[in-house]
Amino acid sequence: MQYLDFEKPIADLEEKIEELRQISVDDEVLRPEIERLRKKADQLRASIFSNLTRWQRIQLARHPGRPYTLDYIERITDDFIELHGDRYYGDDKAIVGGLCRINGRAVMLMGQQKGRDTKARQYRNFGMANPEGYRKAYRLMKLAEKFGIPVVTLLDTPGAYPGLEAEQRGQAEAIAKNLKMMATLKVPIVTIVIGEGASGGAIGIGMGNEIYMMENTWYSVISPESCSSILWKTWDYKEQAAEALKPTAKDLLELDIIDGIIEEPLGGAHRDMDAAAAALKTTIVKSLDRLLKLDAPELVSQRIEKYASMGVWAQG
Amino acid sequence: MPEGIWIKIPTTGDTVHRRDLEENFWVDQKSGYHFKIGSKEYFHLLFDMHQYELRFEDILPVDSLKFKDRKKYSDRLEVTQKKTRLTDACRVATGTLKKREVVIAAMDFSFIGGSMGSVVGERLYQAIRLAGETKAPLIIISQSGGARMMESVLSLMQLAKTSAGLAELEEKGVPYISILTNPTTGGVTASFAMLGDIQIAEPGALIGFAGPRVIRQTIGRDLPEGFQTAEYLLEHGFIDMIVPRMQLKNKLGRILSMLDVNEPS
Repeated sequence: MQYLDFEKPIADLEEKIEELRQISVDDEVLRPEIERLRKKADQLRASIFSNLTRWQRIQLARHPGRPYTLDYIERITDDFIELHGDRYYGDDKAIVGGLCRINGRAVMLMGQQKGRDTKARQYRNFGMANPEGYRKAYRLMKLAEKFGIPVVTLLDTPGAYPGLEAEQRGQAEAIAKNLKMMATLKVPIVTIVIGEGASGGAIGIGMGNEIYMMENTWYSVISPESCSSILWKTWDYKEQAAEALKPTAKDLLELDIIDGIIEEPLGGAHRDMDAAAAALKTTIVKSLDRLLKLDAPELVSQRIEKYASMGVWAQG
Repeated sequence: MPEGIWIKIPTTGDTVHRRDLEENFWVDQKSGYHFKIGSKEYFHLLFDMHQYELRFEDILPVDSLKFKDRKKYSDRLEVTQKKTRLTDACRVATGTLKKREVVIAAMDFSFIGGSMGSVVGERLYQAIRLAGETKAPLIIISQSGGARMMESVLSLMQLAKTSAGLAELEEKGVPYISILTNPTTGGVTASFAMLGDIQIAEPGALIGFAGPRVIRQTIGRDLPEGFQTAEYLLEHGFIDMIVPRMQLKNKLGRILSMLDVNEPS
Protein backbone atom coordinates (compact mmCIF):
# COMPACT_ATOMS: atom_id res chain seq x y z
CA MET A 1 0.00 0.00 0.00
CA GLN A 2 1.32 3.38 -1.00
CA TYR A 3 1.46 6.02 1.73
CA LEU A 4 1.11 9.74 1.14
CA ASP A 5 3.58 12.19 2.72
CA PHE A 6 1.27 13.14 5.54
CA GLU A 7 0.69 9.46 6.36
CA LYS A 8 4.37 8.90 7.09
CA PRO A 9 4.03 8.70 10.90
CA ILE A 10 1.40 5.96 10.43
CA ALA A 11 3.59 4.16 7.92
CA ASP A 12 6.55 4.27 10.33
CA LEU A 13 4.48 2.76 13.11
CA GLU A 14 3.09 0.04 10.92
CA GLU A 15 6.54 -0.83 9.75
CA LYS A 16 7.65 -1.20 13.35
CA ILE A 17 4.67 -3.42 14.13
CA GLU A 18 5.50 -5.56 11.15
CA GLU A 19 9.13 -5.88 12.29
CA LEU A 20 8.06 -6.99 15.76
CA ARG A 21 5.54 -9.41 14.34
CA GLN A 22 8.23 -11.03 12.24
CA ILE A 23 10.51 -11.57 15.21
CA SER A 24 7.99 -13.97 16.69
CA VAL A 25 4.25 -14.22 16.35
CA ASP A 26 3.70 -16.15 19.56
CA ASP A 27 6.05 -14.28 21.80
CA GLU A 28 4.13 -13.51 24.99
CA VAL A 29 6.45 -10.62 25.78
CA LEU A 30 6.02 -8.88 22.45
CA ARG A 31 2.30 -9.36 22.00
CA PRO A 32 1.23 -6.61 24.44
CA GLU A 33 3.75 -4.28 22.83
CA ILE A 34 2.38 -5.03 19.36
CA GLU A 35 -1.15 -4.47 20.65
CA ARG A 36 -0.09 -1.18 22.18
CA LEU A 37 1.52 0.00 18.93
CA ARG A 38 -1.46 -1.08 16.90
CA LYS A 39 -3.77 0.96 19.08
CA LYS A 40 -1.41 3.87 18.79
CA ALA A 41 -1.41 3.56 15.00
CA ASP A 42 -5.21 3.55 14.95
CA GLN A 43 -5.34 6.63 17.13
CA LEU A 44 -2.74 8.34 15.02
CA ARG A 45 -4.66 7.57 11.84
CA ALA A 46 -7.90 8.82 13.34
CA SER A 47 -6.21 11.99 14.48
CA ILE A 48 -4.42 12.67 11.17
CA PHE A 49 -7.55 12.00 9.13
CA SER A 50 -9.76 14.17 11.26
CA ASN A 51 -7.56 17.17 10.49
CA LEU A 52 -6.77 16.92 6.79
CA THR A 53 -6.01 20.07 4.85
CA ARG A 54 -7.75 20.61 1.55
CA TRP A 55 -4.56 19.80 -0.33
CA GLN A 56 -4.25 16.52 1.56
CA ARG A 57 -7.81 15.59 0.58
CA ILE A 58 -6.90 16.29 -3.03
CA GLN A 59 -3.95 13.94 -2.73
CA LEU A 60 -6.29 11.27 -1.41
CA ALA A 61 -8.70 11.90 -4.30
CA ARG A 62 -5.78 11.19 -6.63
CA HIS A 63 -4.38 8.25 -4.71
CA PRO A 64 -3.27 5.63 -7.27
CA GLY A 65 -4.87 2.87 -5.21
CA ARG A 66 -8.25 4.56 -5.09
CA PRO A 67 -11.25 2.71 -6.51
CA TYR A 68 -12.17 3.87 -10.02
CA THR A 69 -15.47 3.62 -11.86
CA LEU A 70 -14.96 0.00 -12.94
CA ASP A 71 -13.93 -1.00 -9.40
CA TYR A 72 -17.24 0.32 -8.14
CA ILE A 73 -19.19 -1.19 -11.02
CA GLU A 74 -17.71 -4.56 -10.15
CA ARG A 75 -18.83 -4.19 -6.55
CA ILE A 76 -22.22 -2.48 -6.75
CA THR A 77 -23.86 -4.01 -9.83
CA ASP A 78 -25.41 -7.42 -10.26
CA ASP A 79 -24.99 -7.45 -14.00
CA PHE A 80 -23.09 -4.98 -16.13
CA ILE A 81 -23.30 -4.86 -19.90
CA GLU A 82 -20.86 -2.31 -21.24
CA LEU A 83 -22.00 -0.26 -24.24
CA HIS A 84 -19.46 1.27 -26.57
CA GLY A 85 -19.05 4.12 -29.00
CA ASP A 86 -20.57 7.46 -29.90
CA ARG A 87 -21.72 6.34 -33.39
CA TYR A 88 -19.85 9.27 -34.98
CA TYR A 89 -16.15 8.81 -34.42
CA GLY A 90 -15.03 6.18 -31.95
CA ASP A 91 -15.16 4.65 -28.51
CA ASP A 92 -13.61 6.77 -25.80
CA LYS A 93 -11.83 4.65 -23.20
CA ALA A 94 -11.82 7.50 -20.68
CA ILE A 95 -15.57 7.21 -20.20
CA VAL A 96 -17.13 3.80 -19.61
CA GLY A 97 -20.82 3.11 -19.40
CA GLY A 98 -23.53 0.60 -19.84
CA LEU A 99 -26.63 -1.11 -18.57
CA CYS A 100 -26.57 -2.76 -15.19
CA ARG A 101 -28.67 -3.83 -12.26
CA ILE A 102 -28.28 -2.30 -8.85
CA ASN A 103 -30.34 -4.12 -6.21
CA GLY A 104 -32.28 -5.69 -9.05
CA ARG A 105 -33.21 -2.39 -10.66
CA ALA A 106 -32.02 -1.61 -14.22
CA VAL A 107 -29.75 1.44 -14.27
CA MET A 108 -27.68 3.21 -16.96
CA LEU A 109 -24.33 3.68 -15.24
CA MET A 110 -21.36 5.62 -16.56
CA GLY A 111 -18.27 7.41 -15.39
CA GLN A 112 -14.79 8.55 -16.25
CA GLN A 113 -12.22 5.79 -15.95
CA LYS A 114 -8.58 6.11 -14.95
CA GLY A 115 -5.95 3.39 -15.24
CA ARG A 116 -3.88 1.95 -12.42
CA ASP A 117 -0.58 1.12 -14.16
CA THR A 118 1.30 3.02 -16.85
CA LYS A 119 -0.21 1.05 -19.69
CA ALA A 120 -3.75 1.30 -18.37
CA ARG A 121 -3.31 4.99 -17.63
CA GLN A 122 -2.41 5.65 -21.24
CA TYR A 123 -5.22 3.41 -22.48
CA ARG A 124 -7.69 5.41 -20.38
CA ASN A 125 -5.99 8.70 -21.29
CA PHE A 126 -5.66 9.42 -17.55
CA GLY A 127 -9.43 9.72 -17.31
CA MET A 128 -9.51 12.69 -19.68
CA ALA A 129 -12.27 12.25 -22.22
CA ASN A 130 -12.35 13.45 -25.80
CA PRO A 131 -15.55 14.69 -27.46
CA GLU A 132 -16.53 11.14 -28.38
CA GLY A 133 -16.61 10.28 -24.67
CA TYR A 134 -19.15 13.01 -24.01
CA ARG A 135 -21.11 11.99 -27.11
CA LYS A 136 -21.14 8.38 -25.94
CA ALA A 137 -22.53 9.57 -22.60
CA TYR A 138 -25.14 11.61 -24.50
CA ARG A 139 -26.21 8.55 -26.45
CA LEU A 140 -26.43 6.36 -23.35
CA MET A 141 -28.48 8.91 -21.44
CA LYS A 142 -30.96 9.30 -24.32
CA LEU A 143 -31.14 5.52 -24.54
CA ALA A 144 -31.93 5.37 -20.83
CA GLU A 145 -34.63 8.00 -21.28
CA LYS A 146 -36.22 6.05 -24.12
CA PHE A 147 -36.63 3.00 -21.92
CA GLY A 148 -37.39 4.81 -18.67
CA ILE A 149 -34.18 3.71 -16.98
CA PRO A 150 -32.55 5.98 -14.36
CA VAL A 151 -29.04 7.30 -14.95
CA VAL A 152 -26.15 7.20 -12.48
CA THR A 153 -22.92 9.04 -13.30
CA LEU A 154 -19.61 8.75 -11.45
CA LEU A 155 -17.20 11.66 -11.81
CA ASP A 156 -13.45 11.12 -11.69
CA THR A 157 -11.44 13.22 -14.10
CA PRO A 158 -8.56 15.70 -14.04
CA GLY A 159 -10.42 17.45 -16.87
CA ALA A 160 -11.65 17.04 -20.41
CA TYR A 161 -8.66 16.31 -22.66
CA PRO A 162 -6.99 19.53 -23.83
CA GLY A 163 -5.67 18.12 -27.10
CA LEU A 164 -5.52 19.28 -30.69
CA GLU A 165 -7.91 16.66 -32.06
CA ALA A 166 -10.27 17.21 -29.14
CA GLU A 167 -10.62 20.82 -30.23
CA GLN A 168 -10.95 19.82 -33.85
CA ARG A 169 -13.82 17.50 -33.04
CA GLY A 170 -15.57 20.03 -30.81
CA GLN A 171 -14.76 19.38 -27.16
CA ALA A 172 -16.67 22.46 -26.03
CA GLU A 173 -19.66 21.70 -28.21
CA ALA A 174 -19.85 18.13 -26.94
CA ILE A 175 -19.89 19.24 -23.29
CA ALA A 176 -22.35 22.06 -23.95
CA LYS A 177 -24.76 19.74 -25.75
CA ASN A 178 -24.63 17.31 -22.83
CA LEU A 179 -25.49 20.03 -20.33
CA LYS A 180 -28.48 21.17 -22.34
CA MET A 181 -29.65 17.59 -22.88
CA MET A 182 -29.25 16.58 -19.23
CA ALA A 183 -31.30 19.58 -18.10
CA THR A 184 -34.44 18.13 -19.62
CA LEU A 185 -33.76 14.39 -19.44
CA LYS A 186 -37.00 12.69 -18.40
CA VAL A 187 -35.42 10.08 -16.12
CA PRO A 188 -33.62 10.55 -12.78
CA ILE A 189 -29.90 11.39 -12.84
CA VAL A 190 -27.82 10.71 -9.74
CA THR A 191 -24.25 12.03 -9.80
CA ILE A 192 -21.44 11.07 -7.43
CA VAL A 193 -17.93 12.51 -7.40
CA ILE A 194 -15.75 9.48 -6.63
CA GLY A 195 -12.33 11.09 -7.16
CA GLU A 196 -11.53 14.25 -9.06
CA GLY A 197 -14.26 16.54 -10.33
CA ALA A 198 -12.32 18.90 -12.53
CA SER A 199 -14.35 21.53 -14.25
CA GLY A 200 -16.26 21.18 -17.52
CA GLY A 201 -14.88 17.73 -18.10
CA ALA A 202 -16.61 16.55 -14.92
CA ILE A 203 -19.92 18.39 -15.10
CA GLY A 204 -20.18 17.34 -18.75
CA ILE A 205 -21.72 14.10 -17.45
CA GLY A 206 -22.72 15.39 -14.04
CA MET A 207 -26.01 17.31 -13.98
CA GLY A 208 -27.70 15.11 -11.42
CA ASN A 209 -31.06 15.67 -9.74
CA GLU A 210 -29.00 14.81 -6.71
CA ILE A 211 -25.22 15.20 -6.41
CA TYR A 212 -23.05 13.45 -3.84
CA MET A 213 -19.35 13.44 -3.12
CA MET A 214 -17.26 10.74 -1.56
CA GLU A 215 -15.55 12.07 1.54
CA ASN A 216 -12.04 12.45 0.07
CA THR A 217 -12.79 13.99 -3.31
CA TRP A 218 -12.73 17.42 -4.88
CA TYR A 219 -14.93 19.32 -7.32
CA SER A 220 -14.03 22.71 -8.71
CA VAL A 221 -13.79 24.89 -11.78
CA ILE A 222 -10.03 24.37 -11.99
CA SER A 223 -7.30 22.25 -10.39
CA PRO A 224 -5.23 23.93 -7.66
CA GLU A 225 -2.11 23.55 -9.83
CA SER A 226 -3.61 25.35 -12.83
CA CYS A 227 -5.16 27.96 -10.57
CA SER A 228 -1.75 28.60 -9.04
CA SER A 229 -0.12 28.89 -12.45
CA ILE A 230 -2.67 31.45 -13.64
CA LEU A 231 -3.23 33.55 -10.53
CA TRP A 232 0.20 33.29 -8.91
CA LYS A 233 2.05 32.85 -12.24
CA THR A 234 3.89 29.83 -10.82
CA TRP A 235 2.99 26.23 -9.98
CA ASP A 236 4.24 26.61 -6.42
CA TYR A 237 1.07 27.84 -4.74
CA LYS A 238 -1.09 24.76 -5.21
CA GLU A 239 -1.70 24.38 -1.48
CA GLN A 240 -2.86 27.98 -1.14
CA ALA A 241 -4.95 27.61 -4.29
CA ALA A 242 -6.54 24.47 -2.83
CA GLU A 243 -7.50 26.43 0.29
CA ALA A 244 -8.85 29.35 -1.76
CA LEU A 245 -10.89 27.18 -4.13
CA LYS A 246 -12.71 25.37 -1.29
CA PRO A 247 -13.18 22.26 -3.44
CA THR A 248 -13.72 19.51 -0.85
CA ALA A 249 -16.92 17.62 -0.12
CA LYS A 250 -17.38 19.51 3.13
CA ASP A 251 -16.97 22.83 1.32
CA LEU A 252 -19.52 21.96 -1.34
CA LEU A 253 -22.03 20.76 1.23
CA GLU A 254 -21.67 24.08 3.03
CA LEU A 255 -22.10 25.90 -0.28
CA ASP A 256 -25.31 23.94 -0.83
CA ILE A 257 -24.05 22.56 -4.14
CA ILE A 258 -24.19 18.89 -3.16
CA ASP A 259 -26.84 16.83 -1.41
CA GLY A 260 -24.58 14.78 0.81
CA ILE A 261 -21.20 13.32 1.62
CA ILE A 262 -20.54 9.59 1.41
CA GLU A 263 -18.25 8.56 4.25
CA GLU A 264 -15.16 6.58 3.33
CA PRO A 265 -13.34 3.97 5.42
CA LEU A 266 -10.75 5.50 7.74
CA GLY A 267 -7.64 6.27 5.72
CA GLY A 268 -9.54 6.61 2.44
CA ALA A 269 -11.59 4.53 -0.01
CA HIS A 270 -8.49 2.64 -1.18
CA ARG A 271 -8.02 1.14 2.33
CA ASP A 272 -11.22 -0.86 1.94
CA MET A 273 -12.76 -0.79 -1.52
CA ASP A 274 -15.61 -3.09 -0.56
CA ALA A 275 -16.68 -0.86 2.31
CA ALA A 276 -16.41 2.25 0.13
CA ALA A 277 -18.49 0.57 -2.59
CA ALA A 278 -21.11 -0.52 -0.08
CA ALA A 279 -21.48 3.05 1.15
CA LEU A 280 -21.76 4.30 -2.42
CA LYS A 281 -24.38 1.70 -3.25
CA THR A 282 -26.50 2.59 -0.23
CA THR A 283 -26.53 6.24 -1.30
CA ILE A 284 -27.41 5.41 -4.92
CA VAL A 285 -30.25 3.09 -3.93
CA LYS A 286 -31.76 5.59 -1.50
CA SER A 287 -31.43 8.43 -3.99
CA LEU A 288 -33.11 6.43 -6.76
CA ASP A 289 -35.89 5.34 -4.39
CA ARG A 290 -36.60 9.00 -3.75
CA LEU A 291 -36.29 10.25 -7.34
CA LEU A 292 -38.30 7.44 -8.90
CA LYS A 293 -41.35 8.68 -7.00
CA LEU A 294 -41.26 11.80 -9.22
CA ASP A 295 -42.80 11.78 -12.69
CA ALA A 296 -40.92 13.09 -15.74
CA PRO A 297 -42.09 16.76 -15.57
CA GLU A 298 -41.33 16.85 -11.84
CA LEU A 299 -37.86 15.45 -12.42
CA VAL A 300 -37.10 18.00 -15.12
CA SER A 301 -38.38 20.98 -13.16
CA GLN A 302 -36.59 19.83 -9.99
CA ARG A 303 -33.36 19.62 -11.96
CA ILE A 304 -33.76 22.94 -13.73
CA GLU A 305 -34.68 24.73 -10.52
CA LYS A 306 -31.73 23.16 -8.73
CA TYR A 307 -29.22 24.53 -11.23
CA ALA A 308 -31.05 27.82 -11.77
CA SER A 309 -30.71 28.58 -8.08
CA MET A 310 -26.95 28.02 -8.03
CA GLY A 311 -24.67 30.99 -7.56
CA VAL A 312 -24.29 33.73 -4.98
CA TRP A 313 -24.91 37.38 -5.77
CA ALA A 314 -26.19 40.54 -4.15
CA GLN A 315 -29.41 42.25 -5.11
CA GLY A 316 -28.50 45.93 -5.40
CA MET B 1 -9.64 48.91 -26.90
CA PRO B 2 -6.12 50.32 -27.02
CA GLU B 3 -5.33 53.83 -25.87
CA GLY B 4 -3.75 56.71 -27.77
CA ILE B 5 -4.44 58.63 -30.97
CA TRP B 6 -2.36 56.53 -33.34
CA ILE B 7 -3.06 52.86 -33.06
CA LYS B 8 -1.00 49.99 -34.32
CA ILE B 9 -2.71 47.12 -36.09
CA PRO B 10 -1.27 43.96 -34.49
CA THR B 11 -1.41 41.84 -37.65
CA THR B 12 0.07 44.27 -40.16
CA GLY B 13 2.03 46.73 -38.05
CA ASP B 14 0.28 49.63 -39.81
CA THR B 15 -0.63 52.69 -37.80
CA VAL B 16 -4.17 54.01 -38.03
CA HIS B 17 -5.83 57.09 -36.57
CA ARG B 18 -8.11 56.40 -33.66
CA ARG B 19 -11.00 58.24 -35.31
CA ASP B 20 -10.91 55.91 -38.31
CA LEU B 21 -11.24 52.93 -36.01
CA GLU B 22 -13.95 54.47 -33.86
CA GLU B 23 -16.06 55.27 -36.89
CA ASN B 24 -15.83 51.67 -37.98
CA PHE B 25 -16.54 50.01 -34.65
CA TRP B 26 -12.86 49.24 -34.22
CA VAL B 27 -12.36 47.34 -37.45
CA ASP B 28 -9.30 48.24 -39.51
CA GLN B 29 -10.64 48.98 -42.99
CA LYS B 30 -7.50 47.92 -44.77
CA SER B 31 -6.74 44.58 -43.13
CA GLY B 32 -10.13 43.75 -41.65
CA TYR B 33 -8.55 43.30 -38.23
CA HIS B 34 -11.20 43.35 -35.50
CA PHE B 35 -10.18 44.96 -32.21
CA LYS B 36 -12.01 43.81 -29.09
CA ILE B 37 -14.97 46.02 -28.23
CA GLY B 38 -17.19 45.92 -25.18
CA SER B 39 -20.89 45.54 -24.44
CA LYS B 40 -21.49 49.27 -24.85
CA GLU B 41 -20.12 49.27 -28.41
CA TYR B 42 -22.08 46.17 -29.35
CA PHE B 43 -25.29 47.69 -28.01
CA HIS B 44 -24.58 50.81 -30.09
CA LEU B 45 -23.82 48.70 -33.11
CA LEU B 46 -26.95 46.57 -32.92
CA PHE B 47 -29.85 48.46 -31.35
CA ASP B 48 -31.89 50.78 -33.55
CA MET B 49 -31.10 54.47 -32.98
CA HIS B 50 -28.60 53.32 -30.31
CA GLN B 51 -31.59 53.07 -27.99
CA TYR B 52 -31.77 50.31 -25.43
CA GLU B 53 -32.70 49.60 -21.86
CA LEU B 54 -30.21 47.92 -19.54
CA ARG B 55 -31.65 45.05 -17.52
CA PHE B 56 -30.68 43.12 -14.42
CA GLU B 57 -28.02 45.63 -13.39
CA ASP B 58 -29.19 45.12 -9.81
CA ILE B 59 -27.62 41.65 -9.79
CA LEU B 60 -24.21 42.34 -8.28
CA PRO B 61 -21.09 40.29 -7.51
CA VAL B 62 -20.05 39.27 -4.00
CA ASP B 63 -16.96 37.48 -2.76
CA SER B 64 -18.86 34.60 -1.21
CA LEU B 65 -15.83 32.31 -0.87
CA LYS B 66 -13.55 34.99 0.61
CA PHE B 67 -11.19 34.09 -2.20
CA LYS B 68 -7.64 35.31 -2.00
CA ASP B 69 -4.73 34.75 -4.33
CA ARG B 70 -2.12 37.46 -4.54
CA LYS B 71 -5.06 39.83 -4.23
CA LYS B 72 -8.37 39.52 -2.51
CA TYR B 73 -11.23 38.87 -4.93
CA SER B 74 -13.27 41.57 -3.17
CA ASP B 75 -10.50 44.10 -3.89
CA ARG B 76 -10.21 42.88 -7.46
CA LEU B 77 -13.92 43.41 -7.94
CA GLU B 78 -13.84 46.90 -6.51
CA VAL B 79 -10.84 48.01 -8.57
CA THR B 80 -12.24 46.48 -11.76
CA GLN B 81 -15.63 48.08 -11.24
CA LYS B 82 -14.02 51.50 -10.83
CA LYS B 83 -11.71 51.04 -13.79
CA THR B 84 -14.28 49.66 -16.23
CA ARG B 85 -17.39 51.36 -14.86
CA LEU B 86 -19.07 48.03 -15.27
CA THR B 87 -20.59 45.98 -12.47
CA ASP B 88 -19.63 42.58 -13.91
CA ALA B 89 -18.52 40.87 -17.11
CA CYS B 90 -21.89 40.71 -18.84
CA ARG B 91 -24.63 43.25 -19.52
CA VAL B 92 -28.13 42.60 -20.76
CA ALA B 93 -30.25 45.06 -22.72
CA THR B 94 -33.57 45.09 -24.51
CA GLY B 95 -34.59 47.17 -27.49
CA THR B 96 -35.23 46.74 -31.18
CA LEU B 97 -32.93 45.48 -33.93
CA LYS B 98 -34.28 46.29 -37.41
CA LYS B 99 -37.55 47.12 -35.65
CA ARG B 100 -37.77 43.73 -33.99
CA GLU B 101 -37.82 43.36 -30.19
CA VAL B 102 -34.70 41.52 -29.04
CA VAL B 103 -32.86 40.64 -25.85
CA ILE B 104 -29.10 41.11 -26.22
CA ALA B 105 -26.51 40.00 -23.68
CA ALA B 106 -22.93 41.08 -24.32
CA MET B 107 -19.82 40.18 -22.35
CA ASP B 108 -16.95 42.48 -21.48
CA PHE B 109 -13.44 41.06 -21.63
CA SER B 110 -12.17 44.09 -19.73
CA PHE B 111 -13.94 42.81 -16.61
CA ILE B 112 -11.67 40.04 -15.20
CA GLY B 113 -11.16 38.53 -18.65
CA GLY B 114 -14.87 38.33 -19.34
CA SER B 115 -15.01 35.50 -16.85
CA MET B 116 -18.29 33.88 -15.88
CA GLY B 117 -19.16 33.78 -12.21
CA SER B 118 -22.49 33.84 -10.41
CA VAL B 119 -23.50 37.27 -11.75
CA VAL B 120 -22.80 36.50 -15.40
CA GLY B 121 -24.69 33.22 -14.97
CA GLU B 122 -27.67 34.82 -13.26
CA ARG B 123 -27.90 37.76 -15.67
CA LEU B 124 -27.75 35.38 -18.62
CA TYR B 125 -30.30 33.10 -17.02
CA GLN B 126 -32.63 36.07 -16.51
CA ALA B 127 -31.99 37.23 -20.09
CA ILE B 128 -32.93 33.77 -21.36
CA ARG B 129 -36.06 33.74 -19.20
CA LEU B 130 -37.01 37.21 -20.42
CA ALA B 131 -36.59 36.14 -24.05
CA GLY B 132 -38.82 33.15 -23.35
CA GLU B 133 -41.50 35.20 -21.62
CA THR B 134 -41.60 38.02 -24.17
CA LYS B 135 -40.91 35.75 -27.16
CA ALA B 136 -38.19 38.17 -28.17
CA PRO B 137 -35.21 36.57 -29.95
CA LEU B 138 -32.11 36.18 -27.82
CA ILE B 139 -28.64 37.25 -28.94
CA ILE B 140 -25.63 36.53 -26.74
CA ILE B 141 -22.26 38.03 -27.67
CA SER B 142 -19.53 36.01 -26.00
CA GLN B 143 -16.07 37.26 -25.15
CA SER B 144 -14.50 35.37 -22.30
CA GLY B 145 -11.50 33.50 -20.97
CA GLY B 146 -13.91 31.05 -19.33
CA ALA B 147 -15.35 30.49 -15.89
CA ARG B 148 -14.24 32.75 -13.04
CA MET B 149 -11.74 30.97 -10.80
CA MET B 150 -12.44 33.19 -7.80
CA GLU B 151 -15.91 31.71 -7.47
CA SER B 152 -14.67 28.15 -7.90
CA VAL B 153 -17.44 25.58 -8.08
CA LEU B 154 -20.12 28.28 -8.13
CA SER B 155 -18.70 29.42 -11.48
CA LEU B 156 -18.64 25.86 -12.76
CA MET B 157 -22.33 25.48 -11.94
CA GLN B 158 -23.10 28.46 -14.20
CA LEU B 159 -22.32 26.21 -17.18
CA ALA B 160 -25.19 23.98 -16.10
CA LYS B 161 -27.42 26.91 -15.18
CA THR B 162 -27.15 28.78 -18.49
CA SER B 163 -27.51 25.55 -20.46
CA ALA B 164 -30.60 24.62 -18.44
CA GLY B 165 -32.06 28.03 -19.27
CA LEU B 166 -31.45 27.44 -22.96
CA ALA B 167 -33.03 23.99 -22.75
CA GLU B 168 -36.19 25.67 -21.44
CA LEU B 169 -36.04 28.31 -24.19
CA GLU B 170 -35.74 25.55 -26.77
CA GLU B 171 -39.23 24.35 -25.92
CA LYS B 172 -40.65 27.85 -26.44
CA GLY B 173 -39.46 28.14 -30.02
CA VAL B 174 -37.69 31.45 -29.47
CA PRO B 175 -34.57 31.93 -31.63
CA TYR B 176 -31.20 32.12 -29.93
CA ILE B 177 -28.26 33.46 -31.92
CA SER B 178 -24.81 33.02 -30.42
CA ILE B 179 -22.07 35.39 -31.52
CA LEU B 180 -18.52 34.38 -30.73
CA THR B 181 -15.93 37.13 -30.56
CA ASN B 182 -12.27 37.20 -29.71
CA PRO B 183 -11.63 35.33 -27.47
CA THR B 184 -14.27 32.79 -26.46
CA THR B 185 -12.78 29.90 -24.50
CA GLY B 186 -13.26 27.59 -21.54
CA GLY B 187 -16.52 27.23 -19.69
CA VAL B 188 -18.31 29.83 -21.80
CA THR B 189 -17.60 27.89 -24.99
CA ALA B 190 -18.51 24.67 -23.18
CA SER B 191 -21.98 25.99 -22.40
CA PHE B 192 -24.22 28.72 -23.84
CA ALA B 193 -21.79 30.01 -26.50
CA MET B 194 -21.92 26.70 -28.40
CA LEU B 195 -25.68 26.25 -28.06
CA GLY B 196 -27.03 28.80 -30.52
CA ASP B 197 -29.65 27.91 -33.10
CA ILE B 198 -27.37 29.91 -35.34
CA GLN B 199 -23.65 30.22 -34.57
CA ILE B 200 -21.88 33.33 -35.83
CA ALA B 201 -18.25 34.32 -35.26
CA GLU B 202 -16.28 37.46 -35.93
CA PRO B 203 -13.33 37.10 -38.33
CA GLY B 204 -10.13 35.89 -36.72
CA ALA B 205 -11.71 35.29 -33.31
CA LEU B 206 -10.00 32.71 -31.09
CA ILE B 207 -12.60 30.12 -30.11
CA GLY B 208 -11.90 26.94 -28.20
CA PHE B 209 -12.32 24.86 -25.09
CA ALA B 210 -8.73 24.71 -23.84
CA GLY B 211 -6.43 27.65 -24.43
CA PRO B 212 -3.62 27.33 -27.01
CA ARG B 213 -0.90 27.45 -24.31
CA VAL B 214 -2.38 24.49 -22.43
CA ILE B 215 -2.81 22.48 -25.62
CA ARG B 216 0.77 23.20 -26.67
CA GLN B 217 1.96 21.99 -23.26
CA THR B 218 -0.19 18.85 -23.49
CA ILE B 219 0.85 17.71 -26.93
CA GLY B 220 4.41 19.03 -26.77
CA ARG B 221 4.49 20.57 -30.21
CA ASP B 222 3.49 23.78 -31.96
CA LEU B 223 -0.06 24.28 -33.07
CA PRO B 224 -0.95 24.56 -36.76
CA GLU B 225 -1.39 27.99 -38.29
CA GLY B 226 -4.88 29.30 -37.74
CA PHE B 227 -5.77 26.66 -35.14
CA GLN B 228 -8.87 27.58 -33.06
CA THR B 229 -9.72 30.62 -35.18
CA ALA B 230 -13.23 31.38 -36.39
CA GLU B 231 -12.14 30.23 -39.86
CA TYR B 232 -10.91 26.91 -38.40
CA LEU B 233 -14.22 26.35 -36.62
CA LEU B 234 -16.15 27.10 -39.80
CA GLU B 235 -14.02 24.58 -41.67
CA HIS B 236 -14.63 21.94 -38.98
CA GLY B 237 -18.35 22.49 -38.88
CA PHE B 238 -18.87 24.20 -35.54
CA ILE B 239 -20.18 27.57 -36.69
CA ASP B 240 -22.61 28.60 -39.40
CA MET B 241 -20.85 31.70 -40.64
CA ILE B 242 -18.25 34.35 -40.11
CA VAL B 243 -19.65 37.85 -40.24
CA PRO B 244 -17.54 41.03 -40.20
CA ARG B 245 -18.68 43.41 -37.50
CA MET B 246 -19.96 46.08 -39.89
CA GLN B 247 -22.31 43.58 -41.52
CA LEU B 248 -23.51 42.01 -38.28
CA LYS B 249 -26.66 44.04 -37.77
CA ASN B 250 -27.90 43.50 -41.31
CA LYS B 251 -27.18 39.81 -41.17
CA LEU B 252 -28.97 39.42 -37.83
CA GLY B 253 -31.93 41.36 -39.22
CA ARG B 254 -32.17 39.04 -42.21
CA ILE B 255 -31.88 35.89 -40.09
CA LEU B 256 -34.44 37.04 -37.55
CA SER B 257 -36.89 38.05 -40.26
CA MET B 258 -36.96 34.39 -41.28
CA LEU B 259 -36.80 32.73 -37.86
CA ASP B 260 -38.82 35.05 -35.70
CA VAL B 261 -42.58 34.63 -35.89
CA ASN B 262 -43.18 38.08 -34.40
CA GLU B 263 -43.93 40.90 -36.80
CA PRO B 264 -41.58 43.90 -36.59
CA SER B 265 -43.02 46.69 -34.46
